[in-house]
Amino acid sequence: MSERIGIVAVAQTRYHPNRAEVKEGEMAYEAIKQVLQETGLKYVNDGTGIDAAVSCSQDYWDGRTISSLNVASFLGTHFRSEEKVASDGINAVFYAMMHILSGEHDTVIVTTHCKESMTSPSLVQNHAFEPIFMRVLGLDFLSAAALQATRYMSKHKITPEQCAKVVVKNRGNAKNNPYAQAPMSLTVKDVLNSKMLADPIHDLDAKPVSDGACVMIMAREGKAKKFCKKPIWITGVSNCYEAHYLGDRDLAECKALTKAAKRAYKMAGITNPLKEIDVAEISEKFSYEELLWMEGLGFCERGGAGKVIDSGITKMGGKLPVNPSGGCLSGNPTEVAGMTRVVEAVLQLRNQAGARQVPDARVALAHGTSGVCGQLQTVMILSNS
Amino acid sequence: MANRVAIVGVGRSTQAARRPEVNDAEMINEAVRAALADAQIDINKVQAVLTNSIDGFDNFYLGDCLLVDGTGGYMKSGMKLHTGGTVGSTGAIAAFNMVASGMFDIVLTIGHQKQERGNSMGTLCAAAPGEMREFVQGAIGAFAQAAVQYMKNTGAKLEHAGMVRLKADKNACRNPYAHLRLGLKSIDDVAKSPILIWPLRLLDFCPQSCGACALIVASEKVAKKITKKPVWVADHETVHELQSEVVFGGDEEKSQQIAAKRIYKRNGITNPVRDIDCFEVYEPSSWEEMYLYEHFFLCEHNKGWKMIESGVTEIEREVPVNPSGGVLATNAIGATAMLRIAEAALQIRGDAGEHQVTKDVKTTLSSGLGGTNWTTLVLLKRSL
Repeated sequence: MSERIGIVAVAQTRYHPNRAEVKEGEMAYEAIKQVLQETGLKYVNDGTGIDAAVSCSQDYWDGRTISSLNVASFLGTHFRSEEKVASDGINAVFYAMMHILSGEHDTVIVTTHCKESMTSPSLVQNHAFEPIFMRVLGLDFLSAAALQATRYMSKHKITPEQCAKVVVKNRGNAKNNPYAQAPMSLTVKDVLNSKMLADPIHDLDAKPVSDGACVMIMAREGKAKKFCKKPIWITGVSNCYEAHYLGDRDLAECKALTKAAKRAYKMAGITNPLKEIDVAEISEKFSYEELLWMEGLGFCERGGAGKVIDSGITKMGGKLPVNPSGGCLSGNPTEVAGMTRVVEAVLQLRNQAGARQVPDARVALAHGTSGVCGQLQTVMILSNS
Repeated sequence: MANRVAIVGVGRSTQAARRPEVNDAEMINEAVRAALADAQIDINKVQAVLTNSIDGFDNFYLGDCLLVDGTGGYMKSGMKLHTGGTVGSTGAIAAFNMVASGMFDIVLTIGHQKQERGNSMGTLCAAAPGEMREFVQGAIGAFAQAAVQYMKNTGAKLEHAGMVRLKADKNACRNPYAHLRLGLKSIDDVAKSPILIWPLRLLDFCPQSCGACALIVASEKVAKKITKKPVWVADHETVHELQSEVVFGGDEEKSQQIAAKRIYKRNGITNPVRDIDCFEVYEPSSWEEMYLYEHFFLCEHNKGWKMIESGVTEIEREVPVNPSGGVLATNAIGATAMLRIAEAALQIRGDAGEHQVTKDVKTTLSSGLGGTNWTTLVLLKRSL
């Protein structure tokens, strides 16, 4: 990188199962107005404020074409520039970073929103499958995840109890997060006794339907330092695609994540992630995913994540706390989920995470996924120095 | 831009109303392979792939993931962008930004749409919920309104739209990658086509096509190594316009003029007709092309129809506009705005074949258009 890109302000809405009382834009503005107020920046063309916007949302969730129109008026885009990334929100942050590095603009507002409650998630997700051979099977993210969980758990002898421990930890962590949708005091038994959705995934093994938005302002180094006392720097980032057809992949593995992580670590100069990363926010829309993604991220050897969760090192106070926010399992909408991870990482590095603060966090990892069974994997390393 | 960026490969698939012989990934792959062959590299050299289209038009949610077998994105970086009709150009601009950022040396960007599998009219009716859904008019109604206004404001007649259409078809007949190659003989042939919404006749409006376009974008270092004919990205501009209803055309200053003024000013273009050698513009209707002559300052206000009348925008003349046949001939929407850039790049290289313009092309301007009246502009040059 020719120069560093800093995140100067972040905000998020409280995640909620159904925000029927607000439109998407109004919901996003709850977060957008916070970063505008915090920084005092305005949508102006003279170089003193926010120059452009990168948004992230999906037409299918919003029920309209060009879904960025739902938030455009809150991003100051009239007669200005906005680009919409139609992927997980963490990729919008990745793109905004390259947009700034390209020299096109200095300061960019990035936002993502989604109201899963407005439609049938299963119907939307079915459109993410190849139409001739796969869509007609009625696959959605839940049924595909059940296939992946089965394969992963049987190949690597991961137990349902170990998956349930992820839920207990994350829903418990959520009690410290005022933005979390569904904090809960659970036992492993509670998780295993919850309704079976698609074997081996119980109701509590899956993220709930969620509405919400988050936002950040990013700027090149010189400006970031002017706009804020403690900008958080993106020191490494990469993403990578897996194959689409489930039969083309060994679902117990996550090659794309391994590759994305390797590239992001190399860029950030990280050789031992477990040692050098202080806090990780991982997109786990199902409980087994946190385990599988930890393997892909190199926190342990292949098949070793069950032992990691048993050891307790990913709990608050452990060697590497994973998802102090409560993670996606405590309620984040699809597409918003990955950017929420970045927002939470920034709060940790700014020492502003309140009751969920990991003491003395200096380097954080944020992870996002998009597509079927984590087909597109994105890893971002952030630092406060 | 922080680093110089060049287009080093251009690929187009066959463009047609129906492509039942291929699926989306296979259709995209035609363009990808063509672009790789054009750049004389193999897919392993590509570091990132952008896959861009409009969701509802081909019924894909997360199409970038779904189509990875055709795009070549397997084990590479990438993402999908979607900004409506401008998406093909936004996808190109995003690739320019990724390379200019210094994070990537070679990026493949794809615009695609297999419109036969979706319902673009139905999708467009949902562009402005609460305002436009009730009218169920889609883009045709909005452009018909713009055409009526154009006639009223300027004194242009139906025959002028016919002249634009005739030029588009003459050019398209020289372009093997154009979808509609009708061999129209005179504006009477246009006049005979049925009315969609008055005054738009079927031939005055863009078709629904299936097709893909791919560009390979490289850093200066790589571009100089792999090609003798890099096409340099001199500048680009994105200007959105927020409307509660979707209104195109009109008399007041809109995103088109603002974008043109910005890019001209930054690049010292004081007389675009003199300073730019060839234009590839996004004209969904024949009337829109006349608007765009005016909006991009190629002629005086309200005089666009005189420009088509004079013939200066023909392929052999001083101000060639849409030598490819433009959007009126080919419109696989996700690919449309990217094709404007691809065609302009070929003109600069002198590789446009039968539809190569007569004059020497050193500088081109490509435009994209989307709802609600958004504009993108890309300025390409043979040398910087």
